[in-house]
Amino acid sequence: MSRIRTERLVNLVICLLSTRRFLTAAQIAATVPGYEHDPEDPKDHEAFQRKFERDKAELRELGVPLETGTASAFDNEPGYRVAHRDYALPDIPLEPDEAAAVGIAGRLWQHHGLAAAASSGLAKLRAAGIDMDPRATLGVEPVVTVDPAFAPLTTAARERRAVAFDYRAPEGDEAATRKLQPWGVVCWRGKWYVVGHDLARDAVRCFRLSRIQGKVRVTGQPGAFTPPADLDLISHVSHFSGPVEWTGRATLLVEPGTGAGLRRWAQQVVSEGGKDKIIMRYADTDRLAGTLVRYGASVQVLAPPELRDAVIQRLKEIVTRTEEVPA
Amino acid sequence: MTTAPSASRASADRLGRVLNLVPYLLARPGIAIVEAASDLGVSEKQLREDLELLWVCGLPGYGPGDLIDMAFDGDNVTITYDAGIGKPLRLTPDEALALVVALRMLAETPGMGNRDAIERALVKIESAAGADADAPVAVRMSGNSKKVDRVRGAVERGKALRITYYTASRDETTDRVVDPIRVVMVGGWAYLEAWCRRAEATRLFRVDRIDGWTELDEPAAPPAEARPADFSEGVFRPGAELPLITLRVGRSERWITEYYPCETVERGASGEDWLVTMRVTDLDWARRLILGLGPDVTVVSPPELITGIREQAAAALAAYSVPSA
Repeated sequence: MSRIRTERLVNLVICLLSTRRFLTAAQIAATVPGYEHDPEDPKDHEAFQRKFERDKAELRELGVPLETGTASAFDNEPGYRVAHRDYALPDIPLEPDEAAAVGIAGRLWQHHGLAAAASSGLAKLRAAGIDMDPRATLGVEPVVTVDPAFAPLTTAARERRAVAFDYRAPEGDEAATRKLQPWGVVCWRGKWYVVGHDLARDAVRCFRLSRIQGKVRVTGQPGAFTPPADLDLISHVSHFSGPVEWTGRATLLVEPGTGAGLRRWAQQVVSEGGKDKIIMRYADTDRLAGTLVRYGASVQVLAPPELRDAVIQRLKEIVTRTEEVPA
Repeated sequence: MTTAPSASRASADRLGRVLNLVPYLLARPGIAIVEAASDLGVSEKQLREDLELLWVCGLPGYGPGDLIDMAFDGDNVTITYDAGIGKPLRLTPDEALALVVALRMLAETPGMGNRDAIERALVKIESAAGADADAPVAVRMSGNSKKVDRVRGAVERGKALRITYYTASRDETTDRVVDPIRVVMVGGWAYLEAWCRRAEATRLFRVDRIDGWTELDEPAAPPAEARPADFSEGVFRPGAELPLITLRVGRSERWITEYYPCETVERGASGEDWLVTMRVTDLDWARRLILGLGPDVTVVSPPELITGIREQAAAALAAYSVPSA
């Protein structure tokens, strides 16, 4: 049964590609095999119309650029055609190493929807005469995973439609509904974010895709907004982790054979009275204090005093905390 | 990425395949049917059925000169008339997005070989996809590109490596001989996947923690059982044999539930403290983790972890000559 349908659709595509005039449904029915019916019989005619609607939808879903218009100013019956320049994949003159790169790119996705889209894209390139070496490698293999919200958000950003989703940051208690005009999606250091205009807060916001709960709902009409012309998506995500200045200088006393993680950052290590004196640069006192506490008694801070105090303070808190809990 | 009702899926797939078939064969005159089938990922029987279908399709009129025509020479086929479908369809927006974003990922991956070819390919695919290639997706990886590049070079030369490696989970730096398998990029980090002769197992070494290496004068020879792992679920997938710890986590430290794989996260009714369970490599690692976290995390179980933390903190205070009670 699907053979008859596929045959009809192939003939429909060929017919619409071959015509420069818009063809009405009646003209198509009189031409393309598989649409034969009696237009005078209301039931038969209705069946044809349903079939034709389904076929048009299938062609559109496949990406066939179906144009609608009228053959002349005197016609009011809509007609259809497919312009060859909109239908055909342009020539892509890929060198063998470029084709190999595209082949590798097309196999990157683990997400089933993206993997399917990539492989049907590769099938078209192959159809265009491009051969891709399946054994090619590039030396480093990225493992690309995306969150479920990726597909609906990229589609909404492309179509410029507003979305709504439930979002829970770990600092918050309840998931809250956020309404966003999505400008784009960013992969920053292996994590995915969406950047856009938050409608409730009337400001630019970015959200981590892994914190979106449930489905992304498309709420707006296509083309409803325009992202800023000079948009740099990355900058909205990366400014949270800008350059850090390593202005602090700590002096630590470390038991020999311990503190491997600290020694990697040491500027200087001198042996002193059976212990190692390590000098290292650091950016943030509280952060380094947290790191140093992990080493317990094998590391002591000699300087600066604020770092020493921060470590002692943390240790005292830990002792108090662990005594509160009955062991 | 739009999903169609599955009933029409099979026929849509077939239509797409058949429309690709004419240009595919046109570009490869005289190709063996069996070779085409394997290249297209269909059975030979399926391919012959598709050809039979095309045989009866063509331009209106549907006379001998209108139908798609092909010449068979033994088991080889040549398209002699394409009826106007001699080119594949344009890429759909979803196809363009999937390919363009994947190429951007490759181009951004540090240490990638032949980056130039990736960038040239990206420009050509973007231009073929037109406006659809304007994917609203940006990619930025981090990492010491030069170092990854040098590690990749060492892997490609195919020698065993002696590496100095910092193991963060045990806070120790060790020397070991490994047989490299590949370099992978997972979750923003570059890793050397290799057979570790000391552990006699396949191990992942984060490239930024490889503090030095020398290429040995012997080929890398990972044993047959060393298989590349599947990282689609992340790098650390704790097994049920590992110790389970339970933590009470306050608001300011809830980030750990995103950072470390957790077994369960119980969000309290008041919303203040979360009860979190996770599997850990060993209790020493857990002790160091908790010592380093702020006062918002307390251990609920196991008791020996609580004791260990208290003893270590008390000993550290004693070393500062500060009484712990």
